[in-house]
Amino acid sequence: MTDMTTPKAERAATIRRPDLSAARINRRYGAEKRFRAYGLLAIGAAIAMLAILLFSIVSKGYSAFVQTYVQLEVTLTEAEIDPDRTGDPEVIRNANWRKITFESLRAEFPDVKSRSETRQLFGMISGNAPIAVRDYVLDNPDAIGTTASIWVKVSDDIDTFNKGFIDRNLEEDDRRVKDNEIVWFDTLDGQGRVEAKFNTTLFTSGDSREPEQAGVLGAVVGSLLTLIITLVLSFPIGVMAAVYLEEFAPKNRLTDLIEVNINNLAAVPSIVFGLLGLAVFLNFFGLPRSAPVVGGMVLALMTLPTIIIASRAALKAVPPSIREAALGLGASRLQAVTHHVLPLAMPGMLTGTIIGMAQALGETAPLLMIGMVAFIVDIPSGFTDPATVLPVQIFLWADAPQRAFVERTSAAIMVLLTFLVCMNLLAVLLRKRFERRW
Amino acid sequence: MFNKTFAVAAAAAVAAMSITGAAEARDQIRIVGSSTVFPFATTVAEQFGKKTSFKTPVIESTGSGGGLKLFCQGIGTEHPDITNASRRIKSSEVELCANNGVTEVTEVKIGFDGIVLANSKEAPTYELTEQQIFQALAAQVPVDGKLVENPYSTWSEIDPSLPNVKIEVLGPPPTSGTRDAFTELAMRDGAKAFPMLKDMRKAEGKKAFRAISDTVREDGAFVEAGENDNLIVQKLEANPNALGIFGFSFLDQNADKLHGSIVEGVEPTFDNIAAGKYTIARSLYFYVKNAHVGVIPGMSEYLAEFTSEGAFGDFGYLTDKGLIPLPESDREEIRTNAANLVPLSL
Repeated sequence: MTDMTTPKAERAATIRRPDLSAARINRRYGAEKRFRAYGLLAIGAAIAMLAILLFSIVSKGYSAFVQTYVQLEVTLTEAEIDPDRTGDPEVIRNANWRKITFESLRAEFPDVKSRSETRQLFGMISGNAPIAVRDYVLDNPDAIGTTASIWVKVSDDIDTFNKGFIDRNLEEDDRRVKDNEIVWFDTLDGQGRVEAKFNTTLFTSGDSREPEQAGVLGAVVGSLLTLIITLVLSFPIGVMAAVYLEEFAPKNRLTDLIEVNINNLAAVPSIVFGLLGLAVFLNFFGLPRSAPVVGGMVLALMTLPTIIIASRAALKAVPPSIREAALGLGASRLQAVTHHVLPLAMPGMLTGTIIGMAQALGETAPLLMIGMVAFIVDIPSGFTDPATVLPVQIFLWADAPQRAFVERTSAAIMVLLTFLVCMNLLAVLLRKRFERRW
Repeated sequence: MFNKTFAVAAAAAVAAMSITGAAEARDQIRIVGSSTVFPFATTVAEQFGKKTSFKTPVIESTGSGGGLKLFCQGIGTEHPDITNASRRIKSSEVELCANNGVTEVTEVKIGFDGIVLANSKEAPTYELTEQQIFQALAAQVPVDGKLVENPYSTWSEIDPSLPNVKIEVLGPPPTSGTRDAFTELAMRDGAKAFPMLKDMRKAEGKKAFRAISDTVREDGAFVEAGENDNLIVQKLEANPNALGIFGFSFLDQNADKLHGSIVEGVEPTFDNIAAGKYTIARSLYFYVKNAHVGVIPGMSEYLAEFTSEGAFGDFGYLTDKGLIPLPESDREEIRTNAANLVPLSL
């Protein structure tokens, strides 16, 4: 120590020491606290948005799961249904069920005389009611000649009214359900003949213009058929491409170019794939419009980049020592890949595939171009039958004028969300179950 | 194990491809076209599917123009059989059809559709003339004998009898048939109410006139709200100061929340539109490819169902959906023309 002469104070100024004053420490901790608070705020905001979204969907849609029914006393006279007592279902099927059903409704309200009032009265029950009565008789042929109590659906307006979405205190001109109808409805309700039951139709029938007869089954089946094609095409092609690029392809400009292009394809707007599908699959190959097979092919093109990127990442995560050990023991490169690398990378690949599938499940834009945005009543039974998919069904219902479709739109969204959550859950479970870390 | 997986997957892929290879003959009617006619056509299709043994037709909502384009691509099962339109077929489209071999087309007029300007029940009903509608919505309007950029920002500036409320109108985009009909029926007539523009139409021709009458202002007073009419209804509920332009059936379904503006002294009601008193109303059509009748099963039965009294008549089920029926004598003629497939001649 040569400079012992330097005063202590001067030395303190030249040598930098951490300033441990309370103010600076507080400032540092303060910064950290704020940073954490921002993080919490961001998470809180995200959760709040999700909660608002879910709340608005569920609060609008829960009522679609129940449907109002009314009990009709239907007089099933033999002369009307099966005059020759043949007992043949075909004869029973062809009876005038409309007349039988409406006559029994009219019998409840004998004062209804005028044409317009009768129309109003008949408008209270669903147009499907005669079919419900017919099916009841077909199932219970012994009921012919008696008076049966049959539950039939009410029309969408009365259903909406019963659920409390139409205010009975409004002026008569301002509501779809008129005074007469309210009086009739209250009479039936007073006799305990109105009941809200679980709406099975929503899950067992295809699209309809009548909200009370509309269901999502057609769209669910269409979505499944489409996704099967997407999976069958995109998974093997995607995995093969990833394996080749990652394990076998030489590193040169060409493979770099391919890699950049695959990454870019993942960001291409989905409508572009729809246009491609229209030009290539429909116009060039002449495949049928609105068919799940074409939808699946278009969506496979769209999900391919996602699967390739995820699969390559999964392959990269397998340590090189595994390959080297296999090669060192005399395995060929193909054996090293198929026996050792691929099984270890499979959970990651599957996760990527399921996420790609979930994306494909929610897609409407590319399907617009190939005719899958259509009104289809019949449930598709094969890959070439006209079909639509769940998100398209939601879009079509959201566009329908009838009030009762508002709740059904939200109900269909809930069905779609359930599907998505299940698929993502499967992805998480697969990862948890099979993932290995090094 | 993975070799097997791949083999199975590859086999499935090949199987899937081979299914598609066999493009079979179609046994189902395919319909495209207008989103305005869509709810009516789907209702008929559903009834048709239930009543007869034929398959329910598949209907795509592509817009009138898009539908006619697909329709006119040619004859054959890969092309649609019927297209719906919320306007009449244009001569250019007839030519396109003829060039592709679609020479015989039957036109079926199905009814009327009113276009309403509606607002929330919380605000008073507007009473407008077509001239005022033009003044409120055109990009250029005549003021003191000169064409100027639209200077009006509130309704009361146009006419002191109207409320002192900012002009805010939600309407469909230019791709929509509703928008075409609205400009044609309301804006053009409104523009003609100015002698100056009427003279211009004579002197400079229709094209110059239409450049003025059909151009909607783009300074924010007219908001393009998309093709979804339900969206416009929701926005009107939330904003009582705004007016919305959409089809009558949406006003009919939302009568508890909205009321239609009186135009030229006539209220937009079912009866007024049917009687032809309400001026902003258009005809709806569909077009049938005659060459496909007899090839695709159920074509003539579908036509018969659509033109039956139970469907498009005064008390038919389409009136419940908001279609405004044609006069009885017209219906009779249309029914016979449809049954005999009388080809369209423009």
